[in-house]
Amino acid sequence: MTALNPDPAFASQAAFRALMEAFARPGEMRTLRGVTAPAPLAPATAALVQSLADYETPVWLDRSLAGAPAVAEWIRFHSNAPLVTDPGDAAFALVADPHTMPDFARFAPGSEEYPDRSTTVVIQVERFCGRSFSIEGPGNKTARSLAAEPLPDDFVERLHANRELFPRGIDLVLIAGERVTALPRSIRVVMET
Amino acid sequence: MSAPVYNFAYLDEQTKRMIRRAILKAIAIPGYQVPFASREMPMPYGWGTGGVQVTASILGPEDVLKVIDQGSDDTTNAVSIRKFFTKTAGVRTTTSTLEATVIQTRHRIPETPLSETQVLVYQVPIPEPLRFLEPRETETRRMHALSEYGLMHVKLYEDIARHGHIATTYAYPVKVDERYVMDPSPIPKFDNPKLSDCPALQLFGAGREKRIYAIPPYTRVVSLDFEDHPFQPYRHDAQCELCGAADSYLDEVITDDRGSRMFVCSDTDYCETRRAMGYAAPARNSDAEPARD
Ligand SMILES: [Zn+2]
Repeated sequence: MTALNPDPAFASQAAFRALMEAFARPGEMRTLRGVTAPAPLAPATAALVQSLADYETPVWLDRSLAGAPAVAEWIRFHSNAPLVTDPGDAAFALVADPHTMPDFARFAPGSEEYPDRSTTVVIQVERFCGRSFSIEGPGNKTARSLAAEPLPDDFVERLHANRELFPRGIDLVLIAGERVTALPRSIRVVMET
Repeated sequence: MSAPVYNFAYLDEQTKRMIRRAILKAIAIPGYQVPFASREMPMPYGWGTGGVQVTASILGPEDVLKVIDQGSDDTTNAVSIRKFFTKTAGVRTTTSTLEATVIQTRHRIPETPLSETQVLVYQVPIPEPLRFLEPRETETRRMHALSEYGLMHVKLYEDIARHGHIATTYAYPVKVDERYVMDPSPIPKFDNPKLSDCPALQLFGAGREKRIYAIPPYTRVVSLDFEDHPFQPYRHDAQCELCGAADSYLDEVITDDRGSRMFVCSDTDYCETRRAMGYAAPARNSDAEPARD
């Protein structure tokens, strides 16, 4: 018995599974194999787009990504996802330049009745080091420390504010190279170290 | 070189993407029921179509799948779901809780403690814990939005007034991470404590009702109760008559046509593993059985 349709389906499953584990254990690093994509769209971000985006999921690009026409073209071709200019309309928002990313409040937080109708923001960082902060909440047995750069200076305050909205809020995915971690809205920032 | 006959794990890629997105939201909002566009599956509702769709969406070629139905790997339901995934995904299957990476379950949580590398997928018939109090979906949704769970407590308290204790023994409602009240599916309330602080990710799929929800690992899950009537898990006050276990959930089975009964572990893998390790039935003297609390 051969079970079939190898590459795309398996690659999609592997990318999803890495992200699922990342959501389930916030701050823990997972490996996500990238796919070839035009810069500044990172290969691992592209793999997530291919795995999760389609015609039902509007995608928003930050200025740096929107400035590269090949990126929009790649996303349309590989996912069929409509591109939107208002981050509040996006199911997925892709950020290649974290310094200039919009305030969290500009993305969709969902409603009290349907908090799932919210934006997942994928942020491409350069590395997982630098100033660290500590998180706890569902998924982690004890507090876990996380560092990433570059990020907006008030990133931790933004996370606080996001948690205040719970169950509304946005979910964040951080990517550097083939390493990925997630900060779903359920996390609580316990201290800045 | 042969053309694909099946989509991997039956579902088409578009459906899997949609379900995968719902799973991610479910993990991000522990205990909240995410609506999804449930698909027709080649099995009737009541056979775990919600759980099957969740399993199909997470399963990869490296996974080892275990399927249990009320603790048993051998019921028609468990066997046919296992066959379904062997055929459509070619994954390895097992009856061993320790060996499995994905466990799909109907109405039980395995006795063997789960680990961080495992995912437990529940088949859920009725996902809405407030449904029997309020039939309107718009209303239950509003109640969840406002954390308006007073009615649920009233219902439990009426139980106490009527029976002297909370009569609910299956699908006993829980609160997840101090926010959402959730139906843990019809597991015996004996299993409720295992929901909390579990190292494994727990996913719940309701096919007919089109809902997916989740309990992330190490999440606090509390069974609803009252200070003067604290939650109490229940098990028959007996030992398994096959392996002697005094800590497992027991089924009372009829052993002959004269109605003789015996207690055995509901979790067949747990029972068989113990017997293989040399544990055996206790000496039969049921009247003098020491009382356990
Ligand atoms: Zn036993």
